[in-house]
Amino acid sequence: MTKFHLLLASALLCSLGTAQAQVDGTLKKISDTKSITLGIRESSFPLSYLDANQKPIGYHIDVCMAIVEAVKTRLQNPKLEVKMQAVTSQNRIPLMVNGTIDLECGSTTNNLDRQKQVAFAPTTFVTNVRMAVKKASGITDLDHLGGKPVATTTGTTSVALMRANEKGKSIDFKEVYGKDHADSFLMLETDRAVAFVMDDNLLAGLIANSKSPSDYALVGAPLSIEPIAIMLRKDDPQFKGLVHATISDMAKTGALTKLYNKWFLAPIPPKGINLNFAMSDALKALMAKPNDNPAEMYNTKK
Amino acid sequence: MNYHWNWNVFFQTIPSGDETYLAWIIHGLGWTVSISLAAWVIALVLGSVMGTLRTVPNTGLRLIGHAWVEFFRNVPLLMQLFIWFFVVPEMLPRDWGMWVKQDMPAKEFITAFVALGLFTSARVAEQVRAGIQALPRGQRNAGLAIGFTQAQTYRYVILPMAFRIIIPPLTSEFMNAFKNSGVAYTVGVWELIFVSRQMVEETGGQVIESLIVPTVLYILCAYAANQLMAVIDRRAHVPGFIVAK
Repeated sequence: MTKFHLLLASALLCSLGTAQAQVDGTLKKISDTKSITLGIRESSFPLSYLDANQKPIGYHIDVCMAIVEAVKTRLQNPKLEVKMQAVTSQNRIPLMVNGTIDLECGSTTNNLDRQKQVAFAPTTFVTNVRMAVKKASGITDLDHLGGKPVATTTGTTSVALMRANEKGKSIDFKEVYGKDHADSFLMLETDRAVAFVMDDNLLAGLIANSKSPSDYALVGAPLSIEPIAIMLRKDDPQFKGLVHATISDMAKTGALTKLYNKWFLAPIPPKGINLNFAMSDALKALMAKPNDNPAEMYNTKK
Repeated sequence: MNYHWNWNVFFQTIPSGDETYLAWIIHGLGWTVSISLAAWVIALVLGSVMGTLRTVPNTGLRLIGHAWVEFFRNVPLLMQLFIWFFVVPEMLPRDWGMWVKQDMPAKEFITAFVALGLFTSARVAEQVRAGIQALPRGQRNAGLAIGFTQAQTYRYVILPMAFRIIIPPLTSEFMNAFKNSGVAYTVGVWELIFVSRQMVEETGGQVIESLIVPTVLYILCAYAANQLMAVIDRRAHVPGFIVAK
């Protein structure tokens, strides 16, 4: 019996040794520390946010957990510890670069500038930048905003987008800036702004969670289309290969569509709201042909 | 750490126009300095009045000064700013409120410097009071004895001496005005912190460069304030009074 155990242990050690010998980069780090750290967001509804018990949940958290399972299989270590680290739009890239987090499961736009610092998984969500308005205002298009205050959030891509549109269409609106999405929405709610320009999934979430959701509407043609993806470290072909293979498989087998339906077309915590946010054509195309193209390939440069 | 340094980022044009990030930084510095100086004027004027009121014989006036200081000193600056920005317009009559919220020119800037000025005024008031109370009681009595009224005693005897004593702590408050002006980004003023945050986003994560440059500018602003006050201190110095230099 003892001999058998010893044999088993040595066999296990050997297999573990070979598994470790084959890996480098992030996989080696995970294997050495026996833990993987996921960067999560606290209020990127419904991609990555905290539930009533402060537990991170969301569409991208589920996708990341599928990647974690694939990592466990690859390293033959089913007992990998999964750590969660809250990140913000300000610190997510530095924390990825310096090794604090191994995967960022939030709501990060994949664009060329960011690709200088980090790499991205295949796109798992496509957001359209649109505007939320009060229905009573009668505003349905960007052209209606001349001379009116329009809100967006500091430190987001929408700030530049608004200015570019203002220039291109020579509409003169007054930009007002909230320090986070909740503040920007408060500006719309209190009539400080007549419209709030932001990613449509975030706007849908804010409206659904507001005091009277039926007062608001999402209107206008998209100002920009942005691929949202899980972020990983640059120059790490082994880990990137694993992440890409996992997500491509999920897309092709329909597992990803199932997850999408769970978070966007069914009641979700904390309030049991159903976003009723049908999958966009752009995302449907990605399910058939997953890729990690940057935002620049979705929008023709003005 | 595998960070992609790029100091040239400041000479790149922003994605949505033909300005450079350097132009943004200069623009941001302009607003930071404007908010701080405007707030400092309010703080100095109201702080002097309220600080003086805390030392007058009349109980009612003393109470006003006391209430002012306790209110503006005990509520966090950020909270005060949000109250002025989000709450006060809701309490005005509807038409006025809408005007303040939508049509008032430079509403974010005005809200920010008024809030910062009032907050700082409470701190200045405490120093003015301390300066007045640091003077020997005989000074006030001497003023009254030669026939000055209370107001004249303050104007010609007490305040000229008190202000000289409190120049060093006022220097710190002046420097704080620059540093505290950063809260203005939360209501959307394009000052240094706003520019810094926006740069991180638009450059795709040149975080360190975007933080270091505004940091250095804050240091320079605060140091300039410090040096200006040092000049005033030397000019106003009365030989033989308080400290010999």
